[in-house]
Amino acid sequence: MADLRSPLSKVKGLGSAKEGTHHFWHQRLTSLLLIPLVLWLGFSLAAMPVDHATLVEWIRQPFVTVLLVLLIVVVFYHAQLGLQVVLEDYISSHAQRTISLLLTNFLCLLLGIVGVVSVLKISLGA
Amino acid sequence: MPNSKHPMSPHLQIYRLPLTALLSITHRITGVILALGCIVLVWILAAAANSVVYYQAMVPHLQSWYGQLFLFGFIFSLYLHFCNGVRHLFWDVGYGFELETVDLTAKLAIALAVILTVATWAVAGMG
Repeated sequence: MADLRSPLSKVKGLGSAKEGTHHFWHQRLTSLLLIPLVLWLGFSLAAMPVDHATLVEWIRQPFVTVLLVLLIVVVFYHAQLGLQVVLEDYISSHAQRTISLLLTNFLCLLLGIVGVVSVLKISLGA
Repeated sequence: MPNSKHPMSPHLQIYRLPLTALLSITHRITGVILALGCIVLVWILAAAANSVVYYQAMVPHLQSWYGQLFLFGFIFSLYLHFCNGVRHLFWDVGYGFELETVDLTAKLAIALAVILTVATWAVAGMG
């Protein structure tokens, strides 16, 4: 039987989608990163009084600023990847699925940016 | 055959989900809950970045019954998704597929999520 795949396509291991396992792989990578980050955030916040001064002082520590920005970026990337799978599984109409995916991706991006800018404003602002 | 020993389940409509299946769909539900909850968390963070006044205005809401309910639900969802996620990571590298193991780790994930939630709540209570 004739093999219609070119040697290049075989060595790349990709089908007509032109991409492979990056969604699966990034979901796992982000979840690995989130293991220490989530435990750190959860117990740090729990141990803190809720007043504004304490929170601001905590965020202003350089390593806290860095870890928070990392956490926010990774969280919303992880959320975007996860929500995408849920939407793809449950919305069968092509138009509705495309629109909800676009909206979800945009909202994840927007929330991530708001989070990062807020942390930086607290950390670097006067 | 009313006295037949045939298994009555799975049936199309009458089917009791096993614990593993229940945890599987819960993983999705908690994932969506966490994504929605993150909107509130970013809102609080943005309020803190905006001004003391905005932040102080949010604190009574967080301390009210619905604020505490939200925080408790969010934290429990977080740890359940967390523990079950670690379970998924073990499957990804090829461990824990035996039926007994899958059942045991399901119970373990739930138990650990409860312990972590109580621990976080206890730490918050002391602070």
